Amino acid sequence: MATTETAPGKHPDWVAHATGGAFGQVTDAPVGHGHMKRKEDARFIRGLGNYCDDVRLPGMVHGALLRSPYAHAKIVSIDTSAALAHPKVAAVVIAKDLETLGLAWMPTISYDTQAVLAGDKVRFHLQEVAFVIALDAYSAQDALQLIDVEYEVLPAIVNCRKALDPDAPLIRDDKVGQTDNLASPEWEAGDRMQCDRVFAEADTVAVRDLLYPRCHPSPMETCGMVADMNPATGQLNIYNGNQAPHAHRTVYAQVAGLPEQNIRILCNDIGGGFGNKVPVYPGYVCAIAGSIVAGAPVKWIEDRSENLVTTGFARDYLMHAEMCSKGGRISGLRVNVIADHGAFDSTAQPTKFPAGFFHIVTGSYDLDGAHCTVKAVYTNKAPGGVAYRCSFRITEAIYCVERMVDALAMEMNVDPIELRMKSFIRPEQFPYETQTGWVYDSGDYHKTMKLAMEMADYEGLRREQQEKLANGEIMGIGVTFFTEGVGAGPRRHMDILGLAMNDGAELRVHPSGKAVVSLSAQTQGQGHETTFAQIVAEELGISPNDIMVRHGDTDKTPYGLGTYGSRSTPVSGGATAVVARKVRDKARAFAAVMLETRPEDLAWEKGRWYVKGDPERGASIESIAEYAYGPNPLPEGLEGGLDANAVYDPPNLTYPYGAYISVVDIDPGTGKVHMRRFIAVDDCGVRINPMIVEGQIHGGLAEGVGIALMELISFDEQGNCLNSSFMDYLLPTALECPWFELGETVTPCPHHPIGAKGVGESACNGAPPCITNAVIDGLHKAKGIKHMDMPCNPARVWAAMNGNAQPPQ
Amino acid sequence: MLVSMSINGQTYSHDVEPRLLLVHYIREYAELHGTHWGCDTSNCGICVVLMDGEPLKSCTTLAAMAKGHEITTVEGLAKADGTLDPIQMGFHEMHGLQCGFCTPGMMVTGRWLIDKHPNPTQMTEHEIREAISGGLCRCTGYNNIIKSIRWAAAYEANAAGRR
Amino acid sequence: MAMQTPAPCDYSRATSVDDAIGQLQALGGNARILAGGHSLIPMMKLRLANPGHLIDINPLEPELNYIRQQGNEIRVGAMTRHRDMLESDLLARTFPNIFAEAEAVLADPVVRNRGTIGGSLCQSDPAEDLSGVVVALKGIAVVRGPDGEREIGMEEFHVGPYMTAVQSTEMLTEVRFPIQPGHGSAHEKVERRAGDFAIVAASAVLSIQGGVIKSAGVACSAVGPTTMHIIRAEEALVGQAPSEQLFAQAGEMAKEDCEPSNDGRGPADYKRHVAGVLTTRALSRAAATALRR
Repeated sequence: MATTETAPGKHPDWVAHATGGAFGQVTDAPVGHGHMKRKEDARFIRGLGNYCDDVRLPGMVHGALLRSPYAHAKIVSIDTSAALAHPKVAAVVIAKDLETLGLAWMPTISYDTQAVLAGDKVRFHLQEVAFVIALDAYSAQDALQLIDVEYEVLPAIVNCRKALDPDAPLIRDDKVGQTDNLASPEWEAGDRMQCDRVFAEADTVAVRDLLYPRCHPSPMETCGMVADMNPATGQLNIYNGNQAPHAHRTVYAQVAGLPEQNIRILCNDIGGGFGNKVPVYPGYVCAIAGSIVAGAPVKWIEDRSENLVTTGFARDYLMHAEMCSKGGRISGLRVNVIADHGAFDSTAQPTKFPAGFFHIVTGSYDLDGAHCTVKAVYTNKAPGGVAYRCSFRITEAIYCVERMVDALAMEMNVDPIELRMKSFIRPEQFPYETQTGWVYDSGDYHKTMKLAMEMADYEGLRREQQEKLANGEIMGIGVTFFTEGVGAGPRRHMDILGLAMNDGAELRVHPSGKAVVSLSAQTQGQGHETTFAQIVAEELGISPNDIMVRHGDTDKTPYGLGTYGSRSTPVSGGATAVVARKVRDKARAFAAVMLETRPEDLAWEKGRWYVKGDPERGASIESIAEYAYGPNPLPEGLEGGLDANAVYDPPNLTYPYGAYISVVDIDPGTGKVHMRRFIAVDDCGVRINPMIVEGQIHGGLAEGVGIALMELISFDEQGNCLNSSFMDYLLPTALECPWFELGETVTPCPHHPIGAKGVGESACNGAPPCITNAVIDGLHKAKGIKHMDMPCNPARVWAAMNGNAQPPQ
Repeated sequence: MLVSMSINGQTYSHDVEPRLLLVHYIREYAELHGTHWGCDTSNCGICVVLMDGEPLKSCTTLAAMAKGHEITTVEGLAKADGTLDPIQMGFHEMHGLQCGFCTPGMMVTGRWLIDKHPNPTQMTEHEIREAISGGLCRCTGYNNIIKSIRWAAAYEANAAGRR
Repeated sequence: MAMQTPAPCDYSRATSVDDAIGQLQALGGNARILAGGHSLIPMMKLRLANPGHLIDINPLEPELNYIRQQGNEIRVGAMTRHRDMLESDLLARTFPNIFAEAEAVLADPVVRNRGTIGGSLCQSDPAEDLSGVVVALKGIAVVRGPDGEREIGMEEFHVGPYMTAVQSTEMLTEVRFPIQPGHGSAHEKVERRAGDFAIVAASAVLSIQGGVIKSAGVACSAVGPTTMHIIRAEEALVGQAPSEQLFAQAGEMAKEDCEPSNDGRGPADYKRHVAGVLTTRALSRAAATALRR
């Protein structure tokens, strides 16, 4: 279902088109939900975006980080004298200097600590060792070469399986009482005994060792910050592309001992997040410390290799999985996971969920038993793990379950869609409580799966596959049906660092009837300036062109936990709908006074309250606003003005789902995989703006192509990262991506104010297992191969074809 | 070293180090922030500008090399009176951008493709994909970028037809 | 602004080839020629190359960007951009279709606007596509220095990875390709992603007359310290009638004679296998083209 294309030459008003959304005005704006071009485009298409590196402040100086060439080494000495002698260098900061400020170590989101600058030793390749502040960025880079560090190299642990060997070197000897490389104790979900019973009675069992390799969200804009401490006022302004600015402000206040009311984080425009801009990075703390000490604004922007090697990576989950069937349907699943967290545990998870939401691994299926365990280890690699559109480890869970369903189908010798159809949770079973404690609110899985099959002509594809096979050609068909849980989350269950995962919204309707809504959520490209205006428009009947959306400035927006885990629509969207309804209710009270009647005698049609049975007598939102600010009698119990606040506590997560089918052709001589087709049918409930939803899906699918076929962060035995630039960390270009074919079903979320579920991460969840299943399907049909791990690049596919599949390093 | 060049029809002249990269001349000296950068190894195409009408990775070019040439950045696409170039309109119409970071490079590349193609309304999907393959986008999956470029080509052909 | 940046250096422009050579002489070994810059500048930004002085020869483009026929040779000026070679009718007519095929997969369209044949050859990256083409076509490099001009065959030209026979006071000015009747040629490449260097590439050139292969050029990229010239395959091909079996044998020879190493693009055994597959495919298509003419 493609986005409607405006027919050029036929539109009546080309001049309006030529403004491209300038001054917040977009042509053809629906008053409410619907296809709407974006208001924010106006500045971006003119090259007038305001990203972190665009920030210029008087007296601003530049920081650069010196980083360790070794993955594990003691620091013997650091000589900064030559760097300090450079005429353009203002300061060189090392751990010792930060210790006096109490900033040498910082807390992580997972209740661990992370070195801001390494003092005793370095624990991962390119770990931060010193911070140079210079008058310009080129000089800062020059000065790095002048710092002399002496290291004593130690053996590095790179393989998470070996991290818990008794003779493994201790990585976190900084932690009192730490005697091994266990980062967090084993966590489990499900009923182990019940699960064992189910397996004991099974007809068929499939066993696989699955690796979801380390990869990286790699937004096009790297991370960075301009920190500006004003010594006269004590005001710290931070310019920072940041997916969770309010939470960061609280953390900086605690860590740096600064008054929280004097800290302001301005995100401005962000060139992509995908989870990469959630953590607090050492560079940020250095920039802040630098600004405090130097009394000048300090800009620190990382380069691409720093981004790839040291910022929050994604995945790195080693999963031993078993799935069983009984009577032709899936009956049980058990999974044991080793999670490689790197040298510091900085995964972003709600407190009670150290393995995130991995236990949604039961997926879309009505199982009789399930059990999973997750154990996290330290290795000599950069910290991270929760990133890249992962919905808190749901990408790992979905990859696991969807690979296992195909594996089980293979062992049972049945069609993978047929097995799914027999095993899906049925519509009448919702709300459905899974074996691991999730309550899915709504769904009609069979309908979505059937639509995908129709769009793909699944039977035609299987016939074609047989014909090609007879010809010596390898074609693979991959299937995935995923259910995610997003929009964290209910305050009774979820907090991060003791902060409830609720979002707020503040709505003010001005005397002129135009409005401004301030959000907790912070866009990194998702179109919030448009879609959130549409949410308010839908509730109040004010044109989205007349609603300003304010976000990304912690001084001007309500507290929230940030934009990741597809939270925007489920949580901030919920808050926005609720606050708009509060305003509408207030408007009703005013209208009653204006119309000299009782509120219960009024009915609503978009944009006005009117007297039931006498529709000519009504008051538009505009006139109500004017009244509310005027010197007029007020309704009982209300103050003047037309505004409201809301903090939304979601009652549950939401559960978007989708059916994906992909088609690949594999060159038997070289192992090269060509992505021929990708069919994606998503059910994300009510779609506020279908154009935006489709764009989010396209982007996630492309990331899935990258993860499945080419993205990998790998290390040599000494712990050196081998993919430290875009020459070796490969992202898909337009030539690798197929023309994505999208379909939709709409099953509204029963508990969400708008019935929406969120969709930002769905495609990145569903695409990697779908494409991997396609490759393995092709290899299985042609050569009997049952498994390979991602990335399915030519060399690895060829090795798999020859029976030599190995997990990547 | 004095380096002068013409950017979007305006002459700039600054004393800079010989090693200064063109992308930094544009951003720091000409103070045009619409051109971005995204990598260290000339792979991402975020920094693409036009030099004498042809796309160029400005991070892989010294400012000194641009002396005597005409540089066009995203800021030079619209007319002096603010009327947008059809390529800009196309990206807006067809949702060809999300975070906007790769957009300037993609738009100038699209502009070049339409200008050099003998028959822009007949551009194939593959031709467009290939033309933009020197640039990376993480947000859009490229579908809508292709549609945006096609829209611009169709708009121009229509506008020409109506005159 | 914190992209990686070059170390301090000086810059000048050349006014002629002789002026460039004069500058190279005056500056000692610390100067490098700057043409397209898309190999050199990235290396400078990573501080893997730190020349003290860059001599920009882009002003010499009018003099050094050409593709023309001279007698029984096609001569290509060193500053000829990849884009020009991709779009050249003369190259397409004379050497169908190796230039078009190799250039279409070399880097990306934006880089192809700037990169030059001279830059590619002088960079001497073992994985570089164009070097394979030049070796297979039996191209001759023309190099000028203070003592005049000399010709260097590709065997001597590529000395090792990133090393050529061009001395520090010399400059590559032209590449010459002998024209053979009955020509057909092809370039096959496998890469991890569009625009990437080859995991393996194979360039095949055949001259077929009267149903017999009169001359052959076979080269593989990215499977050795420099472009691998598969001489044994060429010798086996010459004098034979083209056949699938013959090309499979030639492929085997490429597989055996190349010297790949393990790296991020793939393990050596995989590359060896692919060298064989691509050589066979390239020869097949080269023959088909030659026979169609």
